[in-house]
Amino acid sequence: MERVVLHCDMNNFYASVECLYQPKLRGRPVAVAGDVEQRHGIVLAKNYEAKRFGVATGNPLWMAKQLCPEIIFVPPHFDRYLQFSALAREIYSDYTDQVESFGLDECWLDVSGSTHLLGDGRTIADELRRRIKYELGITASVGVSFNKIFAKLGSDLKKPDATTVITRDNYRDVVWPLPMSDLLYVGPATARKLQSYAIHTIGDLALAHTDFLRGLLGKIGLMLWSFANGHDASAVTNAGVHPVIKSVGNSTTTPKDLVSDDDVKITLFILCESVAERLREQNFQCDTVQISMRYVDLWSCERQLKLDFPICNSESLFQAAFHLYQKHRLPDKAIRSLGVRACGLSLAENIQISFLPEISCAQRQDDLEHAVDDIRRRFGHFIIQRGIALTDHALSHLDPKADHVIHPVGFLK
Amino acid sequence: METRKVYVEVDAHFGSDGRLFPTAITWEDGRHFEIDRVLDARRAASLKAGGVGTRYRIRILGKERYLWYEGPGWFVEAPALSAGG
Repeated sequence: MERVVLHCDMNNFYASVECLYQPKLRGRPVAVAGDVEQRHGIVLAKNYEAKRFGVATGNPLWMAKQLCPEIIFVPPHFDRYLQFSALAREIYSDYTDQVESFGLDECWLDVSGSTHLLGDGRTIADELRRRIKYELGITASVGVSFNKIFAKLGSDLKKPDATTVITRDNYRDVVWPLPMSDLLYVGPATARKLQSYAIHTIGDLALAHTDFLRGLLGKIGLMLWSFANGHDASAVTNAGVHPVIKSVGNSTTTPKDLVSDDDVKITLFILCESVAERLREQNFQCDTVQISMRYVDLWSCERQLKLDFPICNSESLFQAAFHLYQKHRLPDKAIRSLGVRACGLSLAENIQISFLPEISCAQRQDDLEHAVDDIRRRFGHFIIQRGIALTDHALSHLDPKADHVIHPVGFLK
Repeated sequence: METRKVYVEVDAHFGSDGRLFPTAITWEDGRHFEIDRVLDARRAASLKAGGVGTRYRIRILGKERYLWYEGPGWFVEAPALSAGG
C-alpha cells in the first residue's frame, strides 16, 4: 500500500509565538533576537513582514536594523516554544502514533493507517492546519507525499498556512524543476560541486547517472539520487522512540572574548562539567573527546583526542580538552566560542575495579562527581562550584545543562 | 478595538474524574459573578488578548463570555480601559 507521509512545518515558529502573545506586534516587522550583551546578538527568527525587507535568520542585529529600520526585536522565550512544540505533537498524536520531530517546529507524520478512517492525506493535512490555527493561534504548512523527502519539500513550497500534495503522478512536474539546493543534504559545498557539472535542478539530479554521482560525491551521491527520484523509504519513527545517542556535547559563545589560558580554563571546566553530568545521567562513558574553537574573526576548527580508557568525569574530560586546546590554539588570537563533545560512548556497566593507579584514580573521581551531582540535584546547580569559577563571575555564571535544552537533529540516524 | 488580557480570580470545581470547571469569577474591581453555566470547554488560542489554553464558554447573567485557563492562571479578553473601561 502506498504510504501517506505528512510533513508539518509551523511557519516562522519563534516569531509567530511571540506575535501571538503580543498582539500589538502583529503586522509589523518582528525578529526574535539573541541577547546582545551576552554577544548572542543575531536574528533567531523573523516574521514575513521582516522577511520582505530581506532580513534573514542568522543576520547580526545591526544588519537587520540596516535592512529594516523599523524592525522590532523581541527576546526569545524558549519555554514557550517547547510548550507549543509539545502541544502540536499532542494534536499530531490524535492522527497517528508515528510522529517524528525534526527540530521544534517540524514533524513528520505517517498517517497511512488512518486514511480509511479520517480521509486522504490532504483532508488530514487541512484538518491539522485548521486545528493548529484554532488551538495554538499560529499557522503551519503541510506537505503530503509518499515519502519523507517529498513531504518536506512540499511543506516548503507554499507558505504560510497551506497544503501541498506531491503524488507519484505529479512529482516530476512539481519537484523536478526546483533547484537541487532545496533537497535535504544538498548544502552549499555539494551544490557548488553539482553545479560545475551542469546539475541545477532536482530533475537534473534524478536523471544523472548513478555511477557518475557515486564518483563525484561517494555514497551520499547515491542517496541524493534516490531522494530526487522519490525512492526514499525511511520510516517515520514512532512517537515514543528516542534516537540512539552517539555523542554528548555543549558549546557556548562567551559574554567576552577569551584571552588568557585562565579564561579558557573556566569555560572549559563549565562545559566539561555539564557534558560529564549528562553522560552520567545516561549512564554513559566516553573514550574520545572533541573540542571546537571559534576565534574572534569567526574562523573555527575542531580537534579530537582518543583517550587511553573510557571516562565519565569532568576532571579527565577537562584534562583532555585543555590538552587539545594547548596543542592546537592559534597564538595571539582571542576565542569567541568554545565547545566540548564526548564521543565513542559505551554503557558504564560492570566496570572492573582496576589496579592501575590512573584508572582507579579516575574511578574515584567518578564517585566524587556522582556525589556532586546529588548535591546539585537537591540544592541547585550553583550551590557547589569549582574554585576557579569564583575568579570570573561573568564567565562562570552559566549552567549549560539547564539552559541548553534544544538539541540539533539530523535526518540520517 | 483594543483588547486587554485581564487575569481574574476564579473559583473552580474539580470533578472526581479530574475535570476542571470554573464556578465563579471575581473581576479586577472586586465584583463577584457566579457562573450560571459552562457551555463548552476546548483548547483554543486567544488571538485578541494573546494566549493559549483551555477556553471555557460560560454564561454569566445571561451573557456568554469566554474564559481561558492558561497554565497557573485564568484570563479573559476585556476592552481596553481607554474605551470606557
